[in-house]
Amino acid sequence: MLGRLTYDSLPFYSIIAFGGAAITVGAGLAVIGLITWFRLWGWLWKNYLTTLDHKRIGIMYIVVALVMLVRGFIDALMMRGQQMASASGHGFLEGDHFQQVFSAHGTIMIFFMATPFMAGLVNFVLPLQLGARDVAFPFMNALSFWLTAGAAGLVLISLVIGVFSTAGWVGYPPYSGVERNPGVGVDYWVWALFISGFATTMTGINFVVTILKHRAPGMAYMRMPIFVWTVLCSSLIILIAFPALTVAVALLGLDRLFLTHFFTADHGGNLMNFTNLFWMWGHPEVYLLVLPAFGVFSEVVATFSGKKIYGYSAMVKATVIIMFVSMLVWLHHFFTMGASATVNAVFGIATMIIGVPTGLKIFNWMFTMYRGRVRFHVSMYWTLGFMVLFVIGGATGVMHAIVPVDYNTHNTAFLVAHFHNMLVPGVLFGYVAGYMYWFPKAFGFTLNQKWGIRAFWGWAIGFTLAFMPLYALGLMGLPRRTANIYDPSFLPLLIVAFIGALCVLFGIVALLVQLYVSVRDRAQNRDLTGDPWDGRSLEWSIPSPPPAFNFARIPIVDQLDAFAEAKRAGRKLQYEPAGPVDLPVPTIVPMVMGVSAFLLGFAAIWYMWWLFVLSFLVMLGAMIGRSFVDHNEFRVPQREVEAGLRTAAGRAGGVQ
Amino acid sequence: MTGATTGAKPGATLRGAELRAAVAENPMAGLGTATSHRVHSERALGFWVYLMSDAIIFAVLFSNYGVLTFGVADGPTAHELFSLSRAAQETALLLLSSLTFGLVSYSALSGQKGRAMFWLIVTMVLGAGFLALELSEFREMFARGAGPQASGFLSGFFALVGTHGLHVAVGMIMMAVMGVQFVVKGLTEPVLSRLYRVGLFWHFLDLVWIGIFSFVYLPGVLS
Repeated sequence: MLGRLTYDSLPFYSIIAFGGAAITVGAGLAVIGLITWFRLWGWLWKNYLTTLDHKRIGIMYIVVALVMLVRGFIDALMMRGQQMASASGHGFLEGDHFQQVFSAHGTIMIFFMATPFMAGLVNFVLPLQLGARDVAFPFMNALSFWLTAGAAGLVLISLVIGVFSTAGWVGYPPYSGVERNPGVGVDYWVWALFISGFATTMTGINFVVTILKHRAPGMAYMRMPIFVWTVLCSSLIILIAFPALTVAVALLGLDRLFLTHFFTADHGGNLMNFTNLFWMWGHPEVYLLVLPAFGVFSEVVATFSGKKIYGYSAMVKATVIIMFVSMLVWLHHFFTMGASATVNAVFGIATMIIGVPTGLKIFNWMFTMYRGRVRFHVSMYWTLGFMVLFVIGGATGVMHAIVPVDYNTHNTAFLVAHFHNMLVPGVLFGYVAGYMYWFPKAFGFTLNQKWGIRAFWGWAIGFTLAFMPLYALGLMGLPRRTANIYDPSFLPLLIVAFIGALCVLFGIVALLVQLYVSVRDRAQNRDLTGDPWDGRSLEWSIPSPPPAFNFARIPIVDQLDAFAEAKRAGRKLQYEPAGPVDLPVPTIVPMVMGVSAFLLGFAAIWYMWWLFVLSFLVMLGAMIGRSFVDHNEFRVPQREVEAGLRTAAGRAGGVQ
Repeated sequence: MTGATTGAKPGATLRGAELRAAVAENPMAGLGTATSHRVHSERALGFWVYLMSDAIIFAVLFSNYGVLTFGVADGPTAHELFSLSRAAQETALLLLSSLTFGLVSYSALSGQKGRAMFWLIVTMVLGAGFLALELSEFREMFARGAGPQASGFLSGFFALVGTHGLHVAVGMIMMAVMGVQFVVKGLTEPVLSRLYRVGLFWHFLDLVWIGIFSFVYLPGVLS
């Protein structure tokens, strides 16, 4: 009945594991308790759990991402603490436990923090910037979210029932193979990635079709905001790269479950095949994460400089070039594999080339600010911090592209410093800048500037202190993923790095305080105009928060930044005549499928095959049942649409 | 494409001779109003995009098979295992089923429900024949100790051919659902739109199979 799930799978073997489980379960119960206490279940059910509204789905994605950010960051704090403690004597984590911690940290931050954060921002912003009422496939959109949430649930539950993978977030065989890693840890990793991979692929399809088919009339490709361009390129990367991950983890799962020989060392298997497949996805993945962040920076810089983005067409071309070249560099993750010098040289040169369009973007952002009327909104802090720190990370990336250098720094802390240098200032700063920039659009009040700036300094200083020492430690010879460091000469820099992690902790706390303070003072910070930053793209032309149908009338676009140009010329945006508005009917099916996917994965991990079959049948039945639904839209009552028109016309500026 | 080219009012559903004339001019003319056209074309595009992504899954599985081809270890080789005549029969069944699916689409778009149903059943019989042949092949291989656990080569083989077979099985479920919808709903716009996508899926699997025949079975037998 319970497969291989026994009493021993519960975390009573170590105090730290038990503490983690207790926090996870306690936090879950606390959330449920609070919702019950405030009688929010009905509200939650109606507005979020069953919604197909892209804005609310986007908000749910970001909530998942922030929860997972906290979880992943606790892992990071434990790692910094363990390495510091072990350099001066004894650490507090066993080697096996330390491996779980860094595997969970990487998996969570990439798949369940960065990816949902990206999907959430895009979900919220994309249709608004396009002048659309929703994404192309609202049902599939909700399904993507609930599958992602189900997969994130698998990672969280691994802390309570069983263990997580010890094979790192990349899960290389043979160590992730069943011989050396027979427990459930790697299976948790495999199923979480498999399910979230499906979700992300569907998200990619959705965004591509939305951009191709749902642009406002007149919005030619070269009139799309840069953010939309970056999302288009990102989505295409998803569609091209994610199949490789799906296949890699599926085959690894088969190796583990059915003892096949895809990636085994014996019986004609091929270990490096996994590594190749994983990075064929893995490298494009970091670009699909960073491109939308570049898009956010472009929007933020243009808005707060009060200027059109400098070199729009060069920006677009750079984005497209990055999209292509991002798929031609994956081998630089394993130059040491032993490929021929020619192969290594080709990938090394491609890696250097990708720095060129990226560098061009940095110049374009600087030239946008040049002679602009720059306003230091908190999103600008994140943008400027990004520009300074990201360039350092880019430079060390080009160093890695030189193959002989890479041979020396491969798998050292230098590498760890490099990719955190790309992902923290590049990806995370971008998403946080976007979160603070679009928050008033989502909720109708602005975020507290003071706490936002404190959070920024916590992150920027903390990041610098935490990772600059790792460059030095890497060059001194510290291998990555080391649980016990016996060399006391590493201690001073490890202490600095730990202090950096504490500063980041302050940054995260400041983010939460900012949210609290802003909600508390929301009456004073109302955004009544719908356009608090004097924005440039269409989302600022509608009220905050937007009505369910976004645009009462669909705007007509005649140039880039049509809204900003209309404001400057003192005229109104042009609109299509008002017509009937149809919105998708809320449904519980996506959530049911997400829960089923969670149970399916859980059943497969613990060999509860009856549950596996059951949840599979539920999902299949839900899909077949859904295919019988012909009309899943309802017509918004005309008076609601007219009310939307009136509020828009009555606002200061009367832009609609 | 729209009602204008066929002289019909938007929203009106074409029937009989009028519909056949419209279909002769444009195969998708049976699909109604401007709004439903937009919805249909979005879903069609989304499905094309999905197929491109699925095609990459197969591309990865093909290259995986290519890498593992020589990982025979101590297990049986392709030459010992593959039967060209069976692969040829499978090919014939699947290609023929693509033709009959074309007839399903044609009959459905011309409003001939009975014929569409007939060809749908023929297609499903052909698909089932393909799956039966494939399963018998797999069973024989298992009986000879040539299952996916035998060697890297066989793992790669079963992953590629098995994934294709799984897709065919999913296609069969889709067709069964379409058959039910023919009966329950009739040849309505949404049903025809779904049929269009099921058709894309089915023809796509044919293309993949041609790849499997050419890069797995032929070289295996000739090696």
